Amino acid sequence: MLAKGLAIGLGAIGPGIGVGLIGAKAMEAIGRNPEAASKVLVPMLIASAFAEAIAIYALVIAFSIK
Amino acid sequence: MSREILITETILNTEVENTEVQHESTLYAEPIGHIGSFTITNALLTSWIVVFIIAILVLILRFKKFTFRPTKIQNFLELIIDGALNLCDQVTGNRKISLKIFPIVFSLFIFVLINNWMGILPGVGAFGQIVNEAGHNVFVPYLRGATADVNTTIAIALVSVIISNIFGIIALGTWKSINKYIKLTDLAKIRNFRNDPTILIVAPVMFFVGLLEAIGEIAKVASLTFRLYGNVFAGEVLLASMSAILPFILPIPFVFMEFFVGILQAFIFAMLTLVYFSIQTTDHDEHQKTAHHNDEKHLAPTVAGSV
Repeated sequence: MLAKGLAIGLGAIGPGIGVGLIGAKAMEAIGRNPEAASKVLVPMLIASAFAEAIAIYALVIAFSIK
Repeated sequence: MSREILITETILNTEVENTEVQHESTLYAEPIGHIGSFTITNALLTSWIVVFIIAILVLILRFKKFTFRPTKIQNFLELIIDGALNLCDQVTGNRKISLKIFPIVFSLFIFVLINNWMGILPGVGAFGQIVNEAGHNVFVPYLRGATADVNTTIAIALVSVIISNIFGIIALGTWKSINKYIKLTDLAKIRNFRNDPTILIVAPVMFFVGLLEAIGEIAKVASLTFRLYGNVFAGEVLLASMSAILPFILPIPFVFMEFFVGILQAFIFAMLTLVYFSIQTTDHDEHQKTAHHNDEKHLAPTVAGSV
């Protein structure tokens, strides 16, 4: 159980920071140029999905630990 | 999605006194039947159903009369196709190439999308049989989202990467495509090291870059596979654990989130396939040659697509 918790807990740190940075930069971009909000949204979602995928790897590992 | 277990068929061992039925989301798809020695898993069955659904939709669209003045459905479909083609153009930069790549990429998108949505459809995973496994009664659902099984995702990832390589061979020729991985032309340049001694260092580095690109192809398959599988499977586990906390009410927002994740992951899968296609069809040496004519320096090709 501890291994499972550690796997997902430690694995979620990096992606968490990554998603946070992506969100922050996107907000900054929208703040600078509010008309570009629709253009920023899709690349932001894609980038955050890439960051999220790393947490998902950790999650798969956490599930596969018996 | 399988809290409301509906037992349609019960294979109970009468000797077993423990009649408690267990169900947990397994990492692998469970077998539900056999054709000869060929095992049919529940994920495989679902993907067949998805193929069947897509085939019927395509046949309906094939025999539907399209008019010059679009009806509502036609307008909607044209909107989707036009938007997708424009997105394709942004990546490839050429309508001719994107028209060639588009059918494969869009079919992959539709297949992955419907598979992702099948996983969260109520009823999928709710019907099943009870199998006795080592003294425990285990509930095995008949259907399971096909992309929540690593076999499906690795299959489509392999298909997309291998087809992108074949496409590259068709577009650039066999010699150039192989040269991407085994840099024979760069090694052959060692012969004229007297004119340019740096080639002795550059050529082995280039050879190593080629090896990296070859490993990158395998990494592409792995990342495509586990991104899709992990996201969809994690979604199913999330829904199951949420409905364990508070059934019926708590999972609702997460179902919407999974609906959205399904679109997003299908989109990313298709987008990455598209990017791999356009990497394979662009000639890395072209930039190099033009630079070579201007001054005698070699530009290192960018190691693209290492994700």
